[in-house]
Amino acid sequence: MIELIDLHKSFNSKKVLQGINLRIEQGETTVIIGGSGSGKSVIMKHIIGILWPDQGKVLVDGKDLASLDDRSLNELRKKFGMLFQYAALFDSLSVWENVGFGLRQHTHLSDREIKEIAKEKLAMVGLRGVEDLMPSELSGGMKKRVGLARAIAMEPEILLYDEPTTGLDPIMADVINGLVLELKRRLNVTGVAITHDMTSAYKIADRIAMLYQGRIQQVGTPEEIRNSKDPVVHQFITGSAVGPIVAV
Amino acid sequence: MGWLEVLGSRTIFFVEEMGRVATLLIQSLRWTLYPPLGLRNIFKQMEAVGVNSIPVVLITALSTGMVLALQSYNGFRRFNAESLVGTVVSLSMTRELGPVLTGLIVAGRAGAAMAAELGTMKVTEQIDALTTMAVNPVKYLIVPRILAGLMMLPILTVFADVIGVAGGYFVGVNLLDVNPVVYMRRTYDYLELDDIFGGLLKAAVFGMIIATISCYKGFNTQGGAEGVGKATTGAVVISSMLILVSDYYMTAMLF
Repeated sequence: MIELIDLHKSFNSKKVLQGINLRIEQGETTVIIGGSGSGKSVIMKHIIGILWPDQGKVLVDGKDLASLDDRSLNELRKKFGMLFQYAALFDSLSVWENVGFGLRQHTHLSDREIKEIAKEKLAMVGLRGVEDLMPSELSGGMKKRVGLARAIAMEPEILLYDEPTTGLDPIMADVINGLVLELKRRLNVTGVAITHDMTSAYKIADRIAMLYQGRIQQVGTPEEIRNSKDPVVHQFITGSAVGPIVAV
Repeated sequence: MGWLEVLGSRTIFFVEEMGRVATLLIQSLRWTLYPPLGLRNIFKQMEAVGVNSIPVVLITALSTGMVLALQSYNGFRRFNAESLVGTVVSLSMTRELGPVLTGLIVAGRAGAAMAAELGTMKVTEQIDALTTMAVNPVKYLIVPRILAGLMMLPILTVFADVIGVAGGYFVGVNLLDVNPVVYMRRTYDYLELDDIFGGLLKAAVFGMIIATISCYKGFNTQGGAEGVGKATTGAVVISSMLILVSDYYMTAMLF
């Protein structure tokens, strides 16, 4: 379980997070929605300890990230897998080396064994015969799936998805949504996704949290969010330019 | 007060920046104490910094050695000291031109490549990806580059020294008709081992400077393609300046 307690974060003088409180339950997929630049990625980077809060705490399985030394923090990070918005594949490594990167760094498996595991994970995301290609030879959708294969290679307990469907065509977006659901079912992972794609949010979420002006505006099941009376939430999910949220 | 404030804030920025670079260097050196060092990565960087720089270092050193012979011959002929051409070439190459030119070339070639590669990795979140996979980016990306710089610059300098002296010999003996025996004797007589080792020590420091500055610039890249461009330019300019400035102080201390 992940708990965010009164998280504050500013960049220079810009206050991005102003008291985030959120519980992410084990085995569930929580989707954080919110406008561009609202701080969704900032929340995600706090969960895995790439950014540190100015105030407040991030608890993962009851442990405060800030209280951990480097070694324990890295041990904890091994429980995570993260899919980046643009996949963030290492472009000097081939596809299978990308997928097997964590295994090569943290286990004593031989290259042959790592390649076998990488192929198996790639098959799980519907990719075959691409293991020897370089990332630059892949399409956007394929990159994302390789990123997903890399995220699950170490068999994580928690998967973080940074805009999993952004920049993909609707069909590929649905393929990714399907994979997210499939991975949850097969691996029983806790998921945290950030997105502004409501189709994706409704499809993959057990719980949706709306971020607005540095705070969580509302948390609820997809059904509760869909029927929300909150004008901010309502405006966002219906994609209207008219309402309390002003586009900047 | 305007210009004083600007001067003050620039000075503070510069000192802070140097502090951060030094911290990064110390952090990297500390990480070299914790195995495994990732030999695969170190060799890859040694190839990028060293092996791939050999042709351009050789061409530069050869033409420098040749020009040096030509120029000093013209000067020395005025007071009948042509036989000292070999001495001038060998001392200048080993003590000064070998390490400095190699440093400047590697800064332009490998330093720029390092800053651009790490800068791109930074803006495409690949460095964050390393962290999320419980791999320390300093250890994985910077340590191999600093070690490669530290080891390969002296080796390249040896190449530069040898080929520079050979270029000088070719011009002196074959084109300007200095007696070959006299040329070689003058080269050996005045050249001491300390001249060579001093030059190599300088080269090692230059290698460390290039790798540290370039990695620092790459790691602190902001924005997209423009940021990568700025980081690359910054890496080459700052490491070249530091090579020249530190060269003076090292020469003053070493010789």
